[in-house]
Amino acid sequence: MAGTGPRRVTFRLRRFEPGTDREPRWEEHRVEVSPGMTVLDGLWKVKELHAPSLAWRSSCRMGICGSCGMLINGRPRLACNTQVAELGGDVVTVAALPNFGTVKDLVPDLGSMFETHRDLMPYLLRDDPAEQDDPTREYRQTPGELERYLQFSYCIKCGCCMAACPTVATDPHYAGPMPLGQAQRYNSDSRDGGFRRRRETLSGGGGPWRCHFAGECSQVCPKGVDPAKAIQLMKRDLVVDLLRLRRRRPPAPVADEPHGTPREGIAAPPPRTATAEG
Amino acid sequence: MESRARPNRLGVLGWVGGGRWGFERYLYTLHRLTGLGLVAYFVMHIFVTSARALGPESWEQAMDVVSGPLFAVGEYLVFAAFAFHAVNGIRLALIELGFAVGRPIEPVYPYATSVGRQRRLARAALMVAAVIALWGGLDFFVLA
Repeated sequence: MAGTGPRRVTFRLRRFEPGTDREPRWEEHRVEVSPGMTVLDGLWKVKELHAPSLAWRSSCRMGICGSCGMLINGRPRLACNTQVAELGGDVVTVAALPNFGTVKDLVPDLGSMFETHRDLMPYLLRDDPAEQDDPTREYRQTPGELERYLQFSYCIKCGCCMAACPTVATDPHYAGPMPLGQAQRYNSDSRDGGFRRRRETLSGGGGPWRCHFAGECSQVCPKGVDPAKAIQLMKRDLVVDLLRLRRRRPPAPVADEPHGTPREGIAAPPPRTATAEG
Repeated sequence: MESRARPNRLGVLGWVGGGRWGFERYLYTLHRLTGLGLVAYFVMHIFVTSARALGPESWEQAMDVVSGPLFAVGEYLVFAAFAFHAVNGIRLALIELGFAVGRPIEPVYPYATSVGRQRRLARAALMVAAVIALWGGLDFFVLA
């Protein structure tokens, strides 16, 4: 059947090995692609047939792990979530995500993004230190409260938003859409009480006010997380807080201990993870 | 906030490399360029008007220099830049206060984003800026 059989496509790949190569170089390899084939499948084929030393990062092959973010035909995408056919044309250009360092070839160094992410405390912060260190039980939350952050919790930390952001492209101090979006995810959580601590962390100038709504992060996000929306809502919360109009609420209380039917299958809580303090 | 260097950063190319995406990136770039243009104009304006402090002759000389047709076009471009920058700035301020971006939603493919949701506001802002710029053009070149 015409148009649905295998065809040959040129993969144009940016190769770079820091420490060995002085400059990135471009390689071209022609491979046969079939309908339904993803860019990730194509890379495996290139590695198998032409370039065994080609390096990239991937794992789940189903758009969940966020490992295979790459610059594909000029746009940050997940290689496993992008079919060669949907790109059109006979050339697929693949490079490591920009705005990050390069570990090797198509592997971006996401370390800077995760450092910023960690600085913004992407976990529930409780007012009570004892509860923070040793949680008692679940915290009560209504479906409406869940909806305030659920969209932002789908982030897979692939870094596509950071690669697409024109502010990240020029400003090394800007935290970027992923860490800010995740900070807002926890700020919006009724179980969390860390708004002020995160605000203090962001007060150095790399915070949400560096965003001027180019909107690229939301356009390229493969999970529909919409970091641009999260950042604008964070700005609104900061303004409301500055005007002292923000309703101060304690984090959601610990849920009542279940009574009646005893829980089965959980004999004892799992052992605590060892901390740096021992 | 400090972060590790990102040597593969796109730089200013990242501002204009938006040919396949939404036009909000062009508004972003134009907002920056018009802002820089307005700052440059203010510096030049202060420089020119400071000639008054040097006496009437200096002032007349400065006025002779800036009264040519090239400067008239330049002044109009400054006005058009002002019209865009002001109206787009109001759009950005509204968005930053949470207007027009919507609430968090369940992401169901094809994803609806805040960028698409505020698109009508962006178009309206562009139209208002265009009307102001056209009105300014009439005032500069026809009615003057």
